[in-house]
Amino acid sequence: MKNMFEFKTKTIVATAIGAALFTLLMLYVKVPTGVPETDIQTCYGVGSFFAALFGPIAGFLIGVIGHAITDATYGAPWWSWVISSGVALFITGLAYPRLKVDEGRFTLKDCITFNIFQVIGNAVAWIVVAPLLDIIIYKEPANLVFTQGMVAGLCDAISMGVIGSILLMLYSKTRSGKGTLTQE
Amino acid sequence: MMKSKLFDYIEKDNFVYNLSGVTKLICFLLLSFAVMFSFDARVIIVIMVLSFIVLHVSEIKFKQVRLMMYYVLGFLVINFFLTFLFSPRYGVEIYGTEHVIFRITDHYTVTWEQLLYQITKMLKYLSVIPLGMMFIFTTDPSEFAASLNKIGVGYKAAFAVSLTLRYFPDMIRDYNDISLAQQARGLDLSKKEKLGRRLKNMMNIFVPLIFSSLDRVEVVSNAMDLRGFGKKKKRTWYAGKKMTRNDYYSLAFCAFVFLASIAMSVFINHGRFWNPFI
Repeated sequence: MKNMFEFKTKTIVATAIGAALFTLLMLYVKVPTGVPETDIQTCYGVGSFFAALFGPIAGFLIGVIGHAITDATYGAPWWSWVISSGVALFITGLAYPRLKVDEGRFTLKDCITFNIFQVIGNAVAWIVVAPLLDIIIYKEPANLVFTQGMVAGLCDAISMGVIGSILLMLYSKTRSGKGTLTQE
Repeated sequence: MMKSKLFDYIEKDNFVYNLSGVTKLICFLLLSFAVMFSFDARVIIVIMVLSFIVLHVSEIKFKQVRLMMYYVLGFLVINFFLTFLFSPRYGVEIYGTEHVIFRITDHYTVTWEQLLYQITKMLKYLSVIPLGMMFIFTTDPSEFAASLNKIGVGYKAAFAVSLTLRYFPDMIRDYNDISLAQQARGLDLSKKEKLGRRLKNMMNIFVPLIFSSLDRVEVVSNAMDLRGFGKKKKRTWYAGKKMTRNDYYSLAFCAFVFLASIAMSVFINHGRFWNPFI
């Protein structure tokens, strides 16, 4: 069993590089869906990949740091959504002990595990945490924030499901697993 | 083209620049929490005037912040209309009275309450943004980690933030290189391509970008481990500034504004909203 909450040097650096990528993608690389104001944010897909590889703490920090820096370039972070980004990636990162991607294993079962965690993470973050914080901190009207949350959650789940799964699959193929060497 | 530097920090010599990063971070947090908490337009306007004065004192040019301003104004306008569209009676609900200005339909009635709520909300954002800009433009990025650590964030997390800022320009450069190389090979990322196809093309940029950054994770973390990073519970910072008398004055002043705004809510308004309708 991998230790989920270990915070070693590699996790710190992975968090930093992950957050830098997250910021870059959040600022510049979006896929418009055709509906105004709803883009599929590619950064969540890449963030979920890092969360699955490095665990919930790395995931949480990637979401929080990446989102806060992105918002800061516009003046002021919107705290409720910054925290929700962290929560979504934290819950996705909980799949980390069940996966063995860095040992070259990413079966259909692993893919389903990852996606279950990812969908739960997005649901909790965008349908519960973000709207509630919006209402508590910013006193936004409830039906507006719940609608926004639903749309954001759906887009992020798609981003994580597609980009995250593909990246994990491709990455697992570049890794060689334990005991794969055979004597001839 | 993408900006390779997130925040253009140019050193200057004035009151705000010379404050320590910790002071600026705490002041920014205190004032933005004061604004976040209060829905009293009077308190917010006072803080807004203060924050524009600070912006002026710190000699930030309008040119530097123009783009942000436009983006924020755009966001505020959209939010203004969306709020009315979704909850035209939210103000009435909050203030408990109804003073109609004019009627569009029975549901979409413009009331003074709604107007006050939406304008207060708008003022809230407008007053925080100059503070954010002041903080971003006048803080040395290398000092930022030291400041975070001093207000109680663990040094490992603080270090992650500073590494993020350090590696962002590298990531941008890598992304541009890979993206241009792939486009030269005929990959279309523009709107002419269909959505599915575009996602696939995007993956062709992501894969080399992410795999090369995973290599970088390996290299950097080995280098840090070899230098004994994370062996002790505490660390000192190279870029931390010493606190001066001006720092303590600024902290005291911001704490006063923060407490005054909370006191307004608790003792005068008896709640987070200022209700002039009763």
